[in-house]
Amino acid sequence: MDWGLIISNLVHDTIVFSTALIFASLGGLYSERSGVVNIALEGMMIIGAFTGAVLTYAFQDSLGPLAPWIGFILAGVAGAIFALPHAVASVTFKADQTVSGVALNFLAAGLSVYLTKIIFNGAGQTTTLSSVFTKWSIPVLHDIPYLGHAIFEAYPTSFLAFIAVFFTWYLIFKTPFGLRLRAVGEHPRAADTVGINVKKMRYTAVMISGALAALGGATISLTTTSNFSHNTVSGQGFIAIAALIFGKWHPAGAMGAALFFGVAQAIKSLVQIFGLTKYIPTEFIFMLPYVLTILVMAGLVGRSSAPAALGKPYDTGSR
Amino acid sequence: MSSVKKVVEMRGITKRFPGIVANDNITLSVKQGEIHALLGENGAGKSTLMNILFGLYQPDEGEILINEKAVKITSPNVANELGIGMVHQHFMLVETFTVTENIVLGNEPKNGLQIDIQSAEKAVEKLSNQYGLKVDPRAKIQDISVGMQQRVEILKTLYRGADILIFDEPTAVLTPQEIHELIEIMHNLVKEGKTIILITHKLKEIMAVCNACTIIRRGKVIDSVLIKDTNPDELAAKMVGREVSFHVDKIAAKPKETILAVENVTAMGNRGVNALNNLSLEVRAGEILGIAGVDGNGQSELIEVLTGLRKATSGRVLLNGKEITNESPRSISESGLSHIPEDRHKRGLVLDFTMSENMVLETYFHPTFNKNGFLDYGAIDKHAAKLIEEFDVRTPSIYTPARALSGGNQQKAIIAREVDKNPDLLIAAQPTRGLDVGAIEFIHRRLIEQRDNGKAVLLLSLELDEIINVSDRIAVIYEGSIVGIVDAKATSEQELGLMMSGGKRMPGGGNDE
Repeated sequence: MDWGLIISNLVHDTIVFSTALIFASLGGLYSERSGVVNIALEGMMIIGAFTGAVLTYAFQDSLGPLAPWIGFILAGVAGAIFALPHAVASVTFKADQTVSGVALNFLAAGLSVYLTKIIFNGAGQTTTLSSVFTKWSIPVLHDIPYLGHAIFEAYPTSFLAFIAVFFTWYLIFKTPFGLRLRAVGEHPRAADTVGINVKKMRYTAVMISGALAALGGATISLTTTSNFSHNTVSGQGFIAIAALIFGKWHPAGAMGAALFFGVAQAIKSLVQIFGLTKYIPTEFIFMLPYVLTILVMAGLVGRSSAPAALGKPYDTGSR
Repeated sequence: MSSVKKVVEMRGITKRFPGIVANDNITLSVKQGEIHALLGENGAGKSTLMNILFGLYQPDEGEILINEKAVKITSPNVANELGIGMVHQHFMLVETFTVTENIVLGNEPKNGLQIDIQSAEKAVEKLSNQYGLKVDPRAKIQDISVGMQQRVEILKTLYRGADILIFDEPTAVLTPQEIHELIEIMHNLVKEGKTIILITHKLKEIMAVCNACTIIRRGKVIDSVLIKDTNPDELAAKMVGREVSFHVDKIAAKPKETILAVENVTAMGNRGVNALNNLSLEVRAGEILGIAGVDGNGQSELIEVLTGLRKATSGRVLLNGKEITNESPRSISESGLSHIPEDRHKRGLVLDFTMSENMVLETYFHPTFNKNGFLDYGAIDKHAAKLIEEFDVRTPSIYTPARALSGGNQQKAIIAREVDKNPDLLIAAQPTRGLDVGAIEFIHRRLIEQRDNGKAVLLLSLELDEIINVSDRIAVIYEGSIVGIVDAKATSEQELGLMMSGGKRMPGGGNDE
């Protein structure tokens, strides 16, 4: 048995499965760093997966390989728009942010399946897309034995996800925008007194959050599943929230946590290679990412460092 | 009139909130280069007026002139542009940011797309040197002292080019040393051409630093005076509306048997080192023992050990001769100890509970209030109404949440609850922190009343005046030990100050090595 190949495959698959989680947890990071709890990541991912699949379906005959790109980008736009009610409820109307997020999750689940049935003549899922993202190989680098396949052959969305991690880190920790965003999430009144528009920052953050989570969702329907159905996202939005918390609201931390959860999914194929499915029911193996999430959240996180004003609506008038 | 420019003029300012007129036709005029005090009790309308000047509230009537030009201050941004800066009472600082990040927030120097943190740090250092405001630009706010945090707040306003600085109750959170430093800072600022408006109810500070003083009572201006023409008694009378005595009247103490005995107690602090080292003291019935010390020398830990909130690692605590060391807070409370906590919001009250509920926090399980496992709200409400009446707690009703009351009334409510338990020992930790003259007088009288009724009182305070005036004996705490016990009548601020800084040990101090 070639262990090098097995590990190379495992890393390769981990990146595939982590991509959506990285996008979504980065999305959560913007929102939560600004002080708005975003439990609606799941719903935003569903909207992204749905929009991405439907638009790619619409354009695949005329645009061919360009179609998934159109679907992907517009999924982000749809996600930003879909996030708007969450911002309105939690920032303008100071509603409970968890309740608002849960509402969006229900809305996304219902709306996407409903529209799918209308568009695809009553089918519960979109037809399989003929044009989806194909893997890129980085010239020269992908020829490196084992490592090349593991890291330098991946979907373009995976490369984008890693770029988004770096970009987010730079934006949050190096630019005035990031400093202000964090200030709003830690001490909104302090930000207000130095002339920062708290509401505007939070609206912006929530919408960026929706866009990124939707990109994560679109990643799934446009790479691994090639269609959209009710279980395309299946709880990955919640795993992304776990990754965000596990990663202590830091882009690199969130990425690390997303990769960790990605391993849990990738390991499924490994188990099949070894033929272990004979001994362990597949259901248990498919459970792994969720079980790990629970274990991590229950045990390892300990004292986490949430933004101080997370979940608290900002009331200008309160003294 | 003098030819000095008026930098701030507020004319006929009226601001109404639902149910109250917070500012009623207020006129305030501040001259270039002066330190102008805005004196008034809590709730008199000082903060409202300054929030109007800083653009956080809009006045319903009246006009504002800055540098003799009429202006509309619609937001803190506009105030900043006009050169008005505010040092808030509750610091507007992000705990997880560095000093520099807090100072430049909203006004960051840029290098391309990113914040130019080097030049920001340089700018902070330059300002810090220019005004003698010592800070570490790279330290995080959560790691620095309250005094330094306040200097960061001041630097924040200076960085924005403020010429008019509003200080909102700046000394409320400071130790005596830090207050001394702050006064020096204010003098420096004026020397550099700044004008300061100082919101306070502490007369001593006004006499020490201010040139002029405007007194506000119940939303109205009572008078505007020059400090050189007035004295503390006159100011106090104007602020409260009646004569106030600073001298605490009390008859000589008649101490009897020992109520509290603390024997060689050692306890760990939050940082994992000993906060109390072999500390011993005694409080007798019919006396008030004051504990003087610089903040952070073990005062909080001592109270926590006595009340069962912190475990002593060695030593004994005896109440009425019965050992209560490391017992549960409830069992200690039930053995006759009452506690007015240092932080009334954190430990004194449940802010979102009603006043009525707050009055039975330690006694709700007594048969009087608890019938077969259910709370007897009839009895609880009756009890609360009685206490509120007796202690003159000003609250709209017994069903009002504690949060809605002023600090003075919250404190009165706590004292009502604690005294009503008829304890043998009353521990009062910083009982007058942040309160105005009227409330302070009330609380001091209540403490002395307890003493005169033959109870033991242990008073902890960072205000030396309070310790000297109210206590019968004073124990000085330094680095977790009592370094000396003196007679309150025979000591002086100088002597105590020396002991508080560890410079002198006196007989009676528990553990001379």
